Amino acid sequence: MELITLIGAITVFILAIFLGFELITKVPATLHTPLMSGANAISGITIVGALIFSETDFNGGNPGVAAWLAFFALILATINVIGGFAVTNRMLNMIAGKRGGK
Amino acid sequence: MDENCNSLDCALPEIGYLVASILFIMGLKKLGHPRTAPTGNLYGAMGMLVAVVVTIAQMDFGETNNFILIISGLAIGGFIGYLMAVRVQMTGMPEMVALFNGFGGAASALVAASEVFRRINENDLPEGLELYVAWTAIGLSALVGWVTLTGSLLAMMKLKGGVEIFGTWYRTPTWGPEWLNYIKGLVLISIVGLLYMTIEESGNQDYVIAIIALSSILGILFVLPIGGADMPVVVSLLNSLSGIAAAFTGFIIGNNVLIIAGSMVGAAGLILTNIMCKAMNRQLIDVLFKSFGGSDKEQVTRTKVGSDPEEVAMVCDGISKCIIIPGYGMAVSQCQHQVREFADILEANGCEVKYGIHPVAGRMPGHMNVLLAEASVPYEKLIEMDDINSEMGECDVAIVVGANDTVNPAARSGEGPLAGMPIIDADKARVVVMVKRSLSVGYAGVDNDLFYEDKTMMLFGDGKQMMTELVSSLKDL
Repeated sequence: MELITLIGAITVFILAIFLGFELITKVPATLHTPLMSGANAISGITIVGALIFSETDFNGGNPGVAAWLAFFALILATINVIGGFAVTNRMLNMIAGKRGGK
Repeated sequence: MDENCNSLDCALPEIGYLVASILFIMGLKKLGHPRTAPTGNLYGAMGMLVAVVVTIAQMDFGETNNFILIISGLAIGGFIGYLMAVRVQMTGMPEMVALFNGFGGAASALVAASEVFRRINENDLPEGLELYVAWTAIGLSALVGWVTLTGSLLAMMKLKGGVEIFGTWYRTPTWGPEWLNYIKGLVLISIVGLLYMTIEESGNQDYVIAIIALSSILGILFVLPIGGADMPVVVSLLNSLSGIAAAFTGFIIGNNVLIIAGSMVGAAGLILTNIMCKAMNRQLIDVLFKSFGGSDKEQVTRTKVGSDPEEVAMVCDGISKCIIIPGYGMAVSQCQHQVREFADILEANGCEVKYGIHPVAGRMPGHMNVLLAEASVPYEKLIEMDDINSEMGECDVAIVVGANDTVNPAARSGEGPLAGMPIIDADKARVVVMVKRSLSVGYAGVDNDLFYEDKTMMLFGDGKQMMTELVSSLKDL
């Protein structure tokens, strides 16, 4: 990795933190739980990392510890993503007054 | 990817990730407004879909079975996640968010572990700057990820109030000794030390295992002494941490979409945590490092004669303004539908009914709003604490359903664990009806003077049963 790439990544990191602070400043209490849940689903983006390592580490058909760890990460991240968005959607439907779930 | 590639084909994945990042940013923004929130969630999901498709599209599967493997991983996780999301009861929502959160943190931590074990086993150790960046990111991702996992699991148990092991119910503690903070500090310092050691001796995986073990312990120590009343703050903070863990994972694989989404969620989670702390008039530092309530619960010595639903129904007859103040008890007994039925009858008789929502009522911000929305209570009737307090004086009857600390006047006194926490001024109403199982203290462990006031009527019993009886008594009038 070149130093310039690292600085680029750190720049993105810091700017995104500022962005996060600005994005949600005033949120009505109704939306706190769905917002937390939705944000949590977005943090499941680590699924990309799990996908990449699942693919590379299983190459050669002789999986070691690393491959199984990545595969387990893939399952957990998918639960986080699918479950997170589904649960948020359910809550938001209820708030909107539609009948959702039991 | 080829370093000197300037064609569109090479740039396509990066453009895909950019689109995903934009969708995440817009999604998070829209999630903060009631009208646009469903769209926001959809944007987030679409962003995730784009990111996953772009990632898979880049892969060259060749002769291997990796494609099947990856699809099956996605299918297993997707199936479990969907099932959990669809089946969970609304009362179990905070636990569910805590659990998903833990899974997210664990996924980031496992990705980091996977990378470090692969590099050590294949003797593919990075050098120079790359070593520092990769190993620091792996260490931090492991630290934050494992803390998030064990912390979230413990938070989930604490939200339930205990854990069942081999048929025996163990209550989770809600306090811890002061010296625990020093131990936490020591553990954290050890982890930082180990992080340095992993870089010094990059081929030694023992240090990595030690980081994983210590981080897992740290997560437990971190959440253990925090009282149940503060759990929403902790879950929110852990949510923020799981975002940070994802961002560190982004540094490991050198992918901007992880860095953007992760750090954005981290920052947003911190804001939400702060909003909750403000609502409780507490400093985040106090919540995390000063034990609260629990250990020295006041013994209730006073008694109060309970009322029956008929009496309460008679009081409620012909009133012009009623304010309902729900708490965690409403969530536990699942009586939001009965509460709404009660409100409907009152409204049919020309009474104005509003709901006073304390910011930390329940076990999660907005918990009450979700429950009442489930019972189709219109959004405009849910009034936040500051606004409802100005109307409290003209309220004929305040019905407190399963709440205690959030209406405890002791909070105004400036002493004790509740000192300074803003409350809903239920005591300003002409009559206060409290639906509660007993006179026992709330999470903060403070006795409530409101119970013993002359204008207070106690309806002892399960929320659902009491509200049902109250509704039928009202109908019989």
